[in-house]
Amino acid sequence: MARMKFLCDADRCIECNACVTACKNEHEVPWGINRRRVVTINDGQPGERSVSMACMHCTDAPCAAVCPVNCFFTTADGVVLHSKDLCIGCGYCFYACPFGAPQYPRVGNFGSRGKMDKCTFCAGGPNPENTAANYAQYGTNRLSEGKLPLCAEMCSTKALLAGDGDIIAKIYKERVAKRGYGSGAWGWKTAYRETIAG
Amino acid sequence: MKLHTHIRNILGAFAVLLALTVAMPASAQQNTNPQSQSVTEEQLLRELNKITGRITQPNQTLSVLEQPAGREWREFHQVTLRWIAAISIVGVLALLVIFYLTRGMVKIEGGRSGRTIMRFNGFERFVHWMTATCFIILALSGLNITFGKAILLPIMSAEAFTAISQWGKYFHNYLSFPFTIGTIMIFLMWVGGNIPNKMDVEWVKRGGGIVGKDHPPAARFNGGQKMIYWIVVIGGAAVAITGYILMFPFYGTTVSGVQLAQIIHGIVAALFIAAMLGHIYIGTIGMEGAFEAMGTGEVDVNWAKEHHKLWLEEEMGKGSSARAKAQPAE
Repeated sequence: MARMKFLCDADRCIECNACVTACKNEHEVPWGINRRRVVTINDGQPGERSVSMACMHCTDAPCAAVCPVNCFFTTADGVVLHSKDLCIGCGYCFYACPFGAPQYPRVGNFGSRGKMDKCTFCAGGPNPENTAANYAQYGTNRLSEGKLPLCAEMCSTKALLAGDGDIIAKIYKERVAKRGYGSGAWGWKTAYRETIAG
Repeated sequence: MKLHTHIRNILGAFAVLLALTVAMPASAQQNTNPQSQSVTEEQLLRELNKITGRITQPNQTLSVLEQPAGREWREFHQVTLRWIAAISIVGVLALLVIFYLTRGMVKIEGGRSGRTIMRFNGFERFVHWMTATCFIILALSGLNITFGKAILLPIMSAEAFTAISQWGKYFHNYLSFPFTIGTIMIFLMWVGGNIPNKMDVEWVKRGGGIVGKDHPPAARFNGGQKMIYWIVVIGGAAVAITGYILMFPFYGTTVSGVQLAQIIHGIVAALFIAAMLGHIYIGTIGMEGAFEAMGTGEVDVNWAKEHHKLWLEEEMGKGSSARAKAQPAE
């Protein structure tokens, strides 16, 4: 089985935000929620880098560990998913997440947190079928159709890679070897406890 | 007109010159490693243990790219907090059981006199029970967040446990308001009688009225009650402030601030619950005649004589007939 991962080649990302837009459009993500975002570090200074970030689908995911109702699970592909029927919107997964992935719609009084929403690696929810109800809760399940996450598929510079961790790591290593530099796979050490030599 | 064109030409020449000077080092740079100046993840994490940048989304909390501190918070929530809460709460419960089995209920030594005196009026009792009811529900729903999945989830369906936790969250959030109001009222209402003084040191040295058989003199509130009072006021303020930070996250705090708020909230709440177990014990099965103070508001005069001698004397001095009244013969 493949172990699905994301890898953002920060030396290629041009901060066009197409991944953000593609994700929002594909899953019709609610207003105010961004499953993916592009963060620019040292903006306007020499050595500026942009990184597209979403849920990294961590190994031994912290969100799953701290969830008081155990609504998270990891699929056979290594994708971390959660059940919105079980989520109580307590916010703990956001505190634990190293990547700021969990988002909460502001519903109810005092802007209290609704059911958490995050990147599904385009793998839908606990129920793999592409039904209207599943779509409304989690968005499309592209993986079940043999497709990879749309954010990476759309990436104009192919900075964002999504797929089997071994394959995307190999692609990145080849790139680094050919061009002679690379700032590393951002977030990999925190998410997967491994690094790719830059 | 002519002057205008002249100026334009000069400016144009400057612009070309400027472009050339900028372009030259740029072309010279093309051969160098573009990574030589680039930021690296490792270096940023080493400096701040957090990577923050600029984003174009309005939600600025998302500008934190990476915060591995979430792992440490996870360790606190899953391991440290559980141990602190379990040891303090189960420990106090065990101590109370041992204490009850050895000491038993502290009786009114002189027996009941049949005469009672008003200790807490209706308003004071209302504030006490409003705060107490909120506290118990807040404590149970809070413990559910920390221990529920280990204790309750194995014995019920995931849907049922979510329903309980969801309602628990609503109660926890909404009852925080009456609880906070109650804590403020308790502070204002009883602060006068709860300023620590020399008498309390003496009271503690003599083991209060509960450990030994001694009855050190006390005013309206004795040393132990003053301790409970300040635990409620300070602990209540701490859980209320940190709780509202968690309820309204990111107003003036970042994710690190929210993590710290949860750590304080969890530890203070666990110790608070442990302290309140002691309070509930003494107020019910631990001491004869104590519950009435918050029950009917009227305590037996002999109870008052033994536990709050100075207060009783003061009340009697005020005009005893109005305050202390004989119970109707049965």
